[in-house]
Amino acid sequence: MNTQSLQAVLDAGHPVADHRPWPRVVVTPGIWNTLIEGLASNIWTLLGLWSEAQIVHLAVREEASGMLSVASLPCPDGCFPSVGRRHPPAQRLERTITDLTGLHPVGAPDVRPWLDHGRWPVRHPLGAATAPVPPVPPYPFLPVEGESLHQIPVGPVHAGIIEPGHFRFTANGEAVARLEQRLGYVHKGIESLLKGASLEHAARLAGRVSGDSTVAYALAFARAVEAATETEIPARAHWLRALMAELERLAHHCGDIGAICNDAAFALMLAHCAVLREQILRASAACFGHRLLMDSVIPGGVATDLPADGPDILRSLVTGIRRQFPSLVTLYDNTASLQDRTVKTGFVKPALIRQFGCGGYVGRAGGRAFDARRTLGYPPYDALKFEVPLRTDSDVNGRVWLRICEVEQSLALIEQILQKLPSGPVSVALNTLGRPCEGMALIEGFRGDILVWLRLNGDGTVARCHPRDPSWFQWPLLEAAIEGNIVADFPLCNKSFNGSYSGHDL
Amino acid sequence: MRKFLLQNLWRPPLTVPAPAPSGQALAELGAKVDQAARQRLGRSLAIREVDAGSCNGCELEIHALNNAFYDLERFGFHFVASPRHADVLLVTGPVTMNMREALERTYAATPDPKWVVAVGDCGRDGGVFARSYACAGGVAEVIPVDLHIPGCPPAPMQLLEGLLALLQVN
Repeated sequence: MNTQSLQAVLDAGHPVADHRPWPRVVVTPGIWNTLIEGLASNIWTLLGLWSEAQIVHLAVREEASGMLSVASLPCPDGCFPSVGRRHPPAQRLERTITDLTGLHPVGAPDVRPWLDHGRWPVRHPLGAATAPVPPVPPYPFLPVEGESLHQIPVGPVHAGIIEPGHFRFTANGEAVARLEQRLGYVHKGIESLLKGASLEHAARLAGRVSGDSTVAYALAFARAVEAATETEIPARAHWLRALMAELERLAHHCGDIGAICNDAAFALMLAHCAVLREQILRASAACFGHRLLMDSVIPGGVATDLPADGPDILRSLVTGIRRQFPSLVTLYDNTASLQDRTVKTGFVKPALIRQFGCGGYVGRAGGRAFDARRTLGYPPYDALKFEVPLRTDSDVNGRVWLRICEVEQSLALIEQILQKLPSGPVSVALNTLGRPCEGMALIEGFRGDILVWLRLNGDGTVARCHPRDPSWFQWPLLEAAIEGNIVADFPLCNKSFNGSYSGHDL
Repeated sequence: MRKFLLQNLWRPPLTVPAPAPSGQALAELGAKVDQAARQRLGRSLAIREVDAGSCNGCELEIHALNNAFYDLERFGFHFVASPRHADVLLVTGPVTMNMREALERTYAATPDPKWVVAVGDCGRDGGVFARSYACAGGVAEVIPVDLHIPGCPPAPMQLLEGLLALLQVN
């Protein structure tokens, strides 16, 4: 058991200049291994693991002190000690590192490719970029042995209007014995596209990592750029960003609560929740010119100010939802046939949630009280009053209720923001440092905490940018949540997680 | 629940009036859709949506077509769960290399006559993801496309205009 503090462990490394707001430290394999042990014993939480051609970066957070840091291990011989060997949440991230840069995690328990399906014209696109070696063998799914088992392959093209991914169910009658996910179908090479991009183009790309979290990603990217360039943005921009972020959260929570019920064949909830969602999107378009608020948050501030009639539009939206939503909640709560499907379905062990550092409503419905808005308190949330709802039931019903509670919080936040919105400019020109600089941001999207790390060139273009979706630490738990449930409850479990494919596949 | 159902008997519908079919879409379709196909399919079209690598922004707006405001089914359009039941493939995304074969196989599984509608700026030419090693860059690079509906993402009204053009062409 490790008893050193994260600070003490990292003090032995070499801090990197111009990395903000948290430190980045170049470490030795010895320190790297200490970090792995700390992660494995749950003292520290894994926030991200990514790499460049010859260096691998590990972002960790110490729960006790709140310290957050990046440790970087140079890999001159193309290898690094596997984190996944001792800490399973890192396994898919390591498989991705191998696919994208060719670095090899020594001792990794799972060396199958993850994002690389053998279809790209290049291998290791972020590393040495060599030509692929055909033919690629078929993807080996994990073996499942036992009597009376059958397999159900689902996807990548699903039956609904959703993103593509493959689910391999092994069932014993109706009960699921194992679910294995295979993702990567929507890998668009975003990290490669970001390399060398101008900040303007990079912000557009960041806003399209996962379209449902476009405000959240644009915000994380903008905050990372502003941290790197030491740019202070006007107060009004902070507040407008939060307004947009809450509108995004509200729209998805309303829509998804209905969609979860629809997956239990209760279409009435979907019909009414979809009306609420549409009203939110229309109000967003009326205020900021885009229904999903794409490209509304830009490095340096926001693209458009709230128009003169904006506060009235949003206040009547809030009033409308306050009038309509409670009766929907009562309907959800009083429909026994619906509760029969959601209560105790898709339970995730709180210990797994802690181990995976699982954020968002999946984490908070399982007792992990992490919300970047509160825990990190970035502006303007440090000046706003709100609760972070927390539950411990950790099933589909718990996740629905958590989002119901968050709807109420977001409504109250929108009202507070409208009331206290400071006046002044909404954007500022970014500082130009004229030298390479690095920045990082961790913000709360509707789905969970989004991390963006980046390095800017001296000319202000992006040298490297890594966005990490909350789904990385949620998808694996869906495999655990479905175990022992019946196949027909998978859509419910899946929708209650609502993992991002695009944000994960990049 | 009874209260909800009763209330809806009294309330006026939320549904917006139908937009005119997009002129641009009509022009694009004019040459492509033949009379025989129109007659055989009538005024009811089954749509299979295929996400070929989108950021999921387009999916959100396609979903919105089903809400009470747009009510796509009043025009005879409905979403189906299998390409084997579909007349129209509604394809989004820059077509990632990893989805290319799945899209080709979905197209092959769709019975003739069929139309392909590419949705969004990515579906047209790859959009912001064009020139990536991981993207084919536009739906037309992989399967024949009859109609493009631009936008990032196109709003439900734009989607409706484009889809209505499919019904109007003769």
